[in-house]
Amino acid sequence: MATPKPRVKVPKSASAGEVITIKTLISHKMESGQRKDKDGNKIPRQIINKFTCEFEGKPVFSCDIEPAISANPYFEFPAKVMESGTFKFTWVDDSGDVYTHEQAIEVK
Amino acid sequence: MQVTRRQALGLSAGAAAFVAFGPGITPAFADEAATEKMLMEFTGGKTPGSGKVTLKAPEIAENGNTVPISISVDSEMTEQSYVQSVMLLAEGNPNPGVATFHFSPMSGEASATTRMRLAGTQNVVAVAKMNDGSVFMDKKQVKVTIGGCGG
Amino acid sequence: MLKKQIILAATAAALAASGLAVSVVSAEPVDDELVIDGELKIVTRTKAPEGHPFDEVLSGWLYRTPETRALEADSFQNPGMLYVERGEVIWNTVEGEAGKSCASCHNDATESMAGVAANYPKWDADAKRPINVELQINKCRENNMKAEPYKFDHADQKALTTYIKHQSLGQPMGVDLSQGEMQSWWDQGKEVYYRRTGQLNLSCATCHEENNGRYIRADHLSQGNVNGFPTYRLKQANMVSLHNRFRGCIRDTRAEFPAAFSDELMALEVYVTWRGTGLSVETPAVRQ
Repeated sequence: MATPKPRVKVPKSASAGEVITIKTLISHKMESGQRKDKDGNKIPRQIINKFTCEFEGKPVFSCDIEPAISANPYFEFPAKVMESGTFKFTWVDDSGDVYTHEQAIEVK
Repeated sequence: MQVTRRQALGLSAGAAAFVAFGPGITPAFADEAATEKMLMEFTGGKTPGSGKVTLKAPEIAENGNTVPISISVDSEMTEQSYVQSVMLLAEGNPNPGVATFHFSPMSGEASATTRMRLAGTQNVVAVAKMNDGSVFMDKKQVKVTIGGCGG
Repeated sequence: MLKKQIILAATAAALAASGLAVSVVSAEPVDDELVIDGELKIVTRTKAPEGHPFDEVLSGWLYRTPETRALEADSFQNPGMLYVERGEVIWNTVEGEAGKSCASCHNDATESMAGVAANYPKWDADAKRPINVELQINKCRENNMKAEPYKFDHADQKALTTYIKHQSLGQPMGVDLSQGEMQSWWDQGKEVYYRRTGQLNLSCATCHEENNGRYIRADHLSQGNVNGFPTYRLKQANMVSLHNRFRGCIRDTRAEFPAAFSDELMALEVYVTWRGTGLSVETPAVRQ
């Protein structure tokens, strides 16, 4: 596929102190390095190896990822919001490419 | 070799059952030593206790390529007492490491859901490390079937 | 490490080759409702059309495990939606010498394509044969965009087909057999459906008509309806097109498999689509 595209679901608004659920999905083959091509040569590993979620620059949740995570990696996790602000999500590819996405939330 | 339909059905049913449900298969590709090593590195040599961590996995995975899995840890998630990290391991995969989730007091709750690859029927292990260094684990067996048509 | 598993698989395969390897274990399709995002009700069970061997036609969704079913019920969790998004990008991308994108003529797909794919395959009077969404896309590319037609199963073809079919989500699937010579292609397709082929001497009907609900090794056999294609298959962790699945199934009976979009497979598509008349389009469905 073209440049991996992230899909992120964050509620538009929440009350202060509420624990929301964030869902993230990104298109990526997650080539494990175990598969062999037609000639029997191992296809080199290329995966997303790290995912992070920050809120206003502070770490909320992150994941160190191994090839055992399925293609099109999906992560669902909670976050406690106290004030309005922006979540920043990053996915780091073995290749060094970094994909990012931002999503704001209004907290009353 | 002439096999009657009845014989073939009986044999194949047996084979299917054996393949899908046979408990004797697991040790063959379980790399418990490698899993143990990764686990101990994570816990700093401590043996994890049971409780606190719940690992949710299907009893039978429809396909080993994409197995939904989630963990949750019983914790207040305050600045004083929170879950630092949870490591997921697959005892029977070529490499036991799956993922390590890192939480913060901003998490609110210590839980996470993802999808993983399982090479065959095996145990999946979740180990949680608290900010005070205490460690807990949960283990579940997931049966991974060979499939039918389309393999 | 995997040796024992491979030996067991080989044993099972050898046993399977010796006869009809259908396990005597049986399980009913579930009594569950598919409502996407708690909003869109999907028809997964409906009265079969006149002349159908069954009373009721069932979606493949009902035969999957709870975890797999859940993936389709949440449009955010459904990995197939990544390809719908990709399809939308392609829809809006200019390609070919005419300098057009799909959007240039068809504007907003959510309007222009709404309900369209639910009535495919259709009769193509130009080619004098049935046409499905993949072939329609290629026809448009060649004639109107002056672009190269997609090779079978090109990633963009799958994504765009998924996107277009997704605009019919929830709509009842149906084929108009009164168009052109669709009826005679339906007849041909029916013949293909019931014809046993290959070393395993199986027809589509052997599994999907005579043994749906039973297990073939560890796969829960469905009625083999096509309302969810292209489908996100957990096994490939990717979209799988209908003709790819036809070829795969036939290959697994150890028969020579026809070329994608060949007369044989187009006829089969007409017939099999008819067999699921009334089921909602589920594209992108999630299957094993």
